[in-house]
Amino acid sequence: MKVALQNLTKIFPSRNKKQPKPVVAVNDFTFDIPDGTLIGLLGPSGCGKSTVLNLISGLLKPTSGKIFFGDDDVTNLPPENRGVGLVFQNYALYPHLTVKKNITFPLENLKGKDKLTKEQMDQMALEAAKLVQIDMLMDRKPSELSGGQQQRVAIARALVKNPKVLLLDEPLSNLDARLRLQTREEIRRIQRSTGVTTIFVTHDQEEAMSISDLIVVMKDGEIHQIDKPQNVYDDPVDLFVAKFLGTPPINVFDGRVENGKLFIGDEAVLDIPSVPNGNVDVAIRPEGFTLDENPVLTCDLSRVEVMGRDISVVATHNNSQNPVVRAIIDSDNLSSVNGTKVKFGVKPNKVFIFEKETGKRIRF
Amino acid sequence: MDYEKIEKSAQTRKLVRNIIVYTFLVIWAIAVLFPFYWMILTSVKEYSAYASESEGMPQLFTLSPTFANYEKAYTQMPLVRYFANTLIFTVVTTAIMLVVTVLAAFAFSRLTFKGKNLAFTLFLALMMIPSELVIITNYATITAWDMRNTFAGLILPSVTSVFYIYLLKENFSQIPDELYYAAKVDGTTDLRYLLKVMVPICRPTIVTVTILKVIECWNSYIWPNLITTESEYHLVSNGIQQLRESGLGREDIPAMMAAVVVVSIPLIILFLVFRKRIMEGVSRGGVKK
Amino acid sequence: MEKNNLKAWLYLLPAIVFLGLFMVYPLFDVFVYSLEEGYSSISKTYFGVGGYNYSYVLHDPYFLQAVKNTFILVIITVPLSTIFSLLISVGLSSIEKLKNLFQTVYFLPYVTNTLAVGMVFMILFKPAPATTNSVANLVLGWFGISPVDFINGPYWAKMFVLCLYTVWVVMPFKILILTGALASVDKTYYNAAKVDGTSKFRIFTKITLPMISPTLFYLIITGFIGAFKAYADAVALFGADLNVAGMNTIVGYIYERLYATSGYPSYASAAAIILFVIVLTITCINLLVSKKNVHY
Repeated sequence: MKVALQNLTKIFPSRNKKQPKPVVAVNDFTFDIPDGTLIGLLGPSGCGKSTVLNLISGLLKPTSGKIFFGDDDVTNLPPENRGVGLVFQNYALYPHLTVKKNITFPLENLKGKDKLTKEQMDQMALEAAKLVQIDMLMDRKPSELSGGQQQRVAIARALVKNPKVLLLDEPLSNLDARLRLQTREEIRRIQRSTGVTTIFVTHDQEEAMSISDLIVVMKDGEIHQIDKPQNVYDDPVDLFVAKFLGTPPINVFDGRVENGKLFIGDEAVLDIPSVPNGNVDVAIRPEGFTLDENPVLTCDLSRVEVMGRDISVVATHNNSQNPVVRAIIDSDNLSSVNGTKVKFGVKPNKVFIFEKETGKRIRF
Repeated sequence: MDYEKIEKSAQTRKLVRNIIVYTFLVIWAIAVLFPFYWMILTSVKEYSAYASESEGMPQLFTLSPTFANYEKAYTQMPLVRYFANTLIFTVVTTAIMLVVTVLAAFAFSRLTFKGKNLAFTLFLALMMIPSELVIITNYATITAWDMRNTFAGLILPSVTSVFYIYLLKENFSQIPDELYYAAKVDGTTDLRYLLKVMVPICRPTIVTVTILKVIECWNSYIWPNLITTESEYHLVSNGIQQLRESGLGREDIPAMMAAVVVVSIPLIILFLVFRKRIMEGVSRGGVKK
Repeated sequence: MEKNNLKAWLYLLPAIVFLGLFMVYPLFDVFVYSLEEGYSSISKTYFGVGGYNYSYVLHDPYFLQAVKNTFILVIITVPLSTIFSLLISVGLSSIEKLKNLFQTVYFLPYVTNTLAVGMVFMILFKPAPATTNSVANLVLGWFGISPVDFINGPYWAKMFVLCLYTVWVVMPFKILILTGALASVDKTYYNAAKVDGTSKFRIFTKITLPMISPTLFYLIITGFIGAFKAYADAVALFGADLNVAGMNTIVGYIYERLYATSGYPSYASAAAIILFVIVLTITCINLLVSKKNVHY
């Protein structure tokens, strides 16, 4: 099922004296989610991504704008008539019901001609449970399951009624690091095998990058970029996106353009003939630094962190907006880093420049 | 699927549900408030008007309110005396209770001593003892001590509250041990630590316990009624009851209601001022008077 | 940690003195009283030891009346007040506007003097000195029902007022506790159910009720205990001489025995112990039932 959002806006009225202004949680969202894709909504907490999810599920009503499932306008439809499956951050498994009862719960709501017999329900529950590989746990209570198992039950419960759209709200945030890796592969596998259009919300960029077909990066209720994961990283449209993605974070410097050259401090870093003069923000990915090519940027060396395959050179620079400048470099170069200064070369495709005021990308 | 129809019916259902819910809530609110309204209404009705309602039906409102009943209640009933008695009883009982409770809770939560677990278990077991069971002997005890119609007789058996000790002990136990050790290192005595650290930290619970005890004292009827036969020592509850039984209340209901309004007001004001605290306290305490 | 035995017991001393004198000692004493036959409070002597006091109480028509009244009161008011407060709490939890106001109003009866407001109830149901009709009868009149004397009239009418007042008095506590329990149910359960198209009624029976069942059973148990100890409400409505009104309760009987001319604490003690046994039995039954039905 294709999902389309048109000028979707959600404004929460002011609640109390502490928060006198209305909050614009989602501002003028327009984008299409192609059928069968896995979309990651990525942004810092409080950016409105969960609100988008709740608008799609119908738990919240938009202030303005429209939502389409396929060709149907579902904007004002109550959640029960939308046919969405929703997995909550804390899973929301009913603690007094067994796994099986939890999974069949949505099926038991069906009425009239959709009503199912007990055998049909059990069959469907078993299929869903097999899909997420929890069919041997059917008679347990949620409290007897591990976090990862609970997660699977929640997904099975969302999938059992064959939803048009599967929505996942921070599905991995309650799992420990190892389980998180495992479970995100699992989500990808389940999504592939069912082909259900899936939207998931996360604040973890690595999570979003690793499994999504498309990433929507948002902040303060606005879409900043919609693109394939690698493109979002390699080709950010603005400074926020550049800063939000990537670990270690991108290095940002105060720079300026003079006569087709990009300066950081007194050093000319790059030739960019097409860009007009002016002050800019210069962002360089940690892996965008080199030691072998002709050096263009001199920093004060703080320390070197050895990480095995790579080394991380930590330095400081007067024009750096981050406390330290961090470069990830092949460990073969370890011996060449010593003394109090370090001189870097840069890879032009890892250097982005942005307008000072708007944060917009300046392409060169 | 006819989306618009589904949408419409969902909206209608919601509206209907809201109307039903609010109607229901308003009805119960009226049921709660009506006795209060009637109490105030009757207290400002003229005696003659009240008595002459005989011809027809009770009047649901009055156009000529009077405060004469309050004057009458003040001059003809020892209301001030009841008030003062109740106030003394409440304040002294609550104060002693607080001291006893805080000290005991401190011993159970902070100190280590031989027999602590056994003692605490016995304390907890006492929570299950209904007051009806012990009040008989207490009555005999107070009579034997010749303390009927004295404040001591009223107050002493009303002080103890195992439940409050338990509540406070639980709260005290949540204070991290490190604070105690830090204070010990600084040479703070136990008593000083209790008063300067634990009591301030647990102020909300102490306030809760105090409020609950005040409500309990202000409304207590059974014990005062047993122990005070002279109106000099009556509290508001049994005083009012006494007045009702003996003449005045029988004839002059408006004056009686004026008295009822007056004795009800202090707690209602206390409630309106500390609304949140009291409701929180009662739901946390989970005890019924 | 070193043990500071003496100091600890010093801190405990006030509590031990008070509890010992006014709870522990009376607890044993009441059994002694209940077994002493023919005890005289004046001479402090008794004839012998045995079960006569119990047998006397159990054959006393006033006691039997009190037991009957108490049981009727319990059986009517506990389920009624619990169901009704549950409905109100559910209503309260489903609204946002005016919620605080309603909550405040609903809690008012808790902070009022049972005796004082009971008197208001009395005059609502009892005609003024010369009036032929009470407010209650006025309302009955609207529905074409002939007047009833609720305070001095037939037994069922008096019982009706007593039950009504008891429910009115116990509701605030129950509403408060239930509203709290309902609020503590994680909202995502409701959202999850809503997305799955669960009807309101099914959400209530399948999710809300099981989730708050521990609180509900707690309220039922405390409700039973409280209702068995009913007394002050009856006094407020029918006056101190409940035996004459035929509206005595078990607790009322205990005090009446203790205080009245008969003056023997023995009968009161026996009655108190019988009450304690009844309450204990009912509580145990409740606990057994709740073990089976309370989820998690």
